[in-house]
Amino acid sequence: METELTNDTATEARQTMTQGVDNDNGPSQKERPEVRMRARDLNLWYGSTQALHDINLDMYSREVTALIGPSGCGKSTFLRCLNRMNDLIPEVRLEGRVELDDEDIYDHSVDVVQLRTHVGMVFQKPNPFPKSIYENIAYAPRLHGTGTSRAELDALVESSLKRAGLWNEVADRLDTPGTELSGGQQQRLCIARAIAVNPEVILMDEPASALDPLATATVEELIHELKDNYTIVIVTHNLQQAARVAGYTAFFHMGKIVEFSDTDTLFTNPTEQRTEDYITGRFG
Amino acid sequence: MSTTQSRLTGSANDPRIKARYRKEKRFKAYTIAALFTAFAIIVAFFTDIISQGYTAFWRAEVNVTLDYNERAERIGRFALAEDMRDIASRGAVRSIPLEIKNNPELAGTTRQTWVPAYSRIDQYLKGREELPPELARQVDAMVEAGTIRSSFNWAFFTSGDSKLPELAGIFSAAVGSVLVLFVTLVFAFPIGVMSAIYLEEFAPDNKLTQAIEVNINNLAAVPSIIFGLLGLAVFIGTFGVPRSSALVGGLTLGLMTLPIIIISTRAALRAVPDPIRLGAFAMGCSRWQVVRDHVLPLSLPGILTGTIIGLAQAMGETAPLIIVGMIAYIPDAPSSIFESATVLPAQVFTWASEPRKAFVEKTAAGIIVLLAILLTLNATAVFLRRKFERRW
Repeated sequence: METELTNDTATEARQTMTQGVDNDNGPSQKERPEVRMRARDLNLWYGSTQALHDINLDMYSREVTALIGPSGCGKSTFLRCLNRMNDLIPEVRLEGRVELDDEDIYDHSVDVVQLRTHVGMVFQKPNPFPKSIYENIAYAPRLHGTGTSRAELDALVESSLKRAGLWNEVADRLDTPGTELSGGQQQRLCIARAIAVNPEVILMDEPASALDPLATATVEELIHELKDNYTIVIVTHNLQQAARVAGYTAFFHMGKIVEFSDTDTLFTNPTEQRTEDYITGRFG
Repeated sequence: MSTTQSRLTGSANDPRIKARYRKEKRFKAYTIAALFTAFAIIVAFFTDIISQGYTAFWRAEVNVTLDYNERAERIGRFALAEDMRDIASRGAVRSIPLEIKNNPELAGTTRQTWVPAYSRIDQYLKGREELPPELARQVDAMVEAGTIRSSFNWAFFTSGDSKLPELAGIFSAAVGSVLVLFVTLVFAFPIGVMSAIYLEEFAPDNKLTQAIEVNINNLAAVPSIIFGLLGLAVFIGTFGVPRSSALVGGLTLGLMTLPIIIISTRAALRAVPDPIRLGAFAMGCSRWQVVRDHVLPLSLPGILTGTIIGLAQAMGETAPLIIVGMIAYIPDAPSSIFESATVLPAQVFTWASEPRKAFVEKTAAGIIVLLAILLTLNATAVFLRRKFERRW
């Protein structure tokens, strides 16, 4: 396998992974943490096209789970199942269960609005609301009644921005529009916005793919820090990124999970030939 | 180096390339010619209208002595000296009996004042009409003596229609237009915006909504006079709304404006990028909250622009209003939407069908005012769009 690592991506990815192994003594040996979200026999159709086939996946509490795979493999579709964003697409049909703390989120009694306050989401392209930085963050808490007084909101805005590592950059201009920030800052604002409703799970759909390398590094660092408090599921095209930020990785292909294990094992010792082909750049 | 040059320059002599450049030049010439033709037509139109109409903003006034004598208590004309009776406007003195009745102290007094001149005198002074030689000499002498002057025609803006061209103004038509547009706005704006929001944000994409969509687009292309017939049948025939009233006119124009507002509102809503919606949904917003807090604020400038353009179009509309009777002779401005009213374009239409020469300039002046208002409305729409345009 060593000789197959022809591009820098794979090499760097491996280096990072090796460091990860050193630091953690290998997550594979670790006892697997508590499961926060769980998909069971999940099948999904867009009209008559089946996009997901029998997905079974555990997402662990206070861990980053990366979903990798070639374009169109269903990883983003799966991510959107986790906070029911697919409900917005009329022709989607779904079978199976998705559980958040053992509770089926597709149960009839579940309120989607409530669910989404527990499972937040950050998108590929930074999409701050065209409102002030303050309003971007204060909007949802005010809407859900979790922050009402001005002082409460002020504190919440500050703590969210601090956790997103944006406070020092924007503290003196909270009333400027969020859309005037740089791309990386906008994405961190979106993360702060998601944090502000105090979710348990944060879904990230290629959060750094629209950012330059420096901003990407900042966002990755942030993801790494957020891991201590949140369960994070991240879709990424960037294998290095998966290797850098994720404790666990699932490789999707053609709407199926080909392989799921801790990131180190997946990248260094994949059991499936297809996984190896993908991470070494033979296809995808 | 030299070979490079010959390779690059040599092709210029290639007949096919020459032909290509010729074709391009010719095509460009056609497009420029088309542009100049369009521009020339517009210039000709404005020149014609303005040259015919600008004189209507001035009118000749004549200085007369009003003698409130006994005969004038019955017929106002007798208040004028005999040689002034063909020069001063009949309309200027017809209210004298009433004045005396209301204010008996006036009887027996005399007063010197400026009154509007008879329209033929006015037209003669503007060089548009001939007068009998004797009268013409008298008028010339009066101009020389300073007893006939030209002053700004405020009455054109402050008085309603009149059978006497020198007294006719656009005020009642303007009030009618305002009332009609008010009704149109109140009727069409909420219904149009709400329909558009439903179709764009809430409606499932099925055969029924598609059919509705196609029909709304078709409705925008229906000739306006058809809406007039509909208004006549539904509003006047079925609901008994007063004929000729601003209410029926406004509702009829509202029917016509509705599809325009729906289409432009939908376009404005569609222009709001989906990531904004998705972001809001992901924050746990309900659909209504997404629309209220994110989509509407962003699309409001577009909605307003579309509405203003729809209203501007309604304002210039005449045909459907003729059908519902808004072509009536309205000397006094209506004070409510239930009274008979007319609108600016209908007033222009009425004046255009007058045989008297003096109404020609009134017609043109009415068109100038109408155009000025429409251009202002459109400029407002452009301004709103520019000012509140957001980039993502």
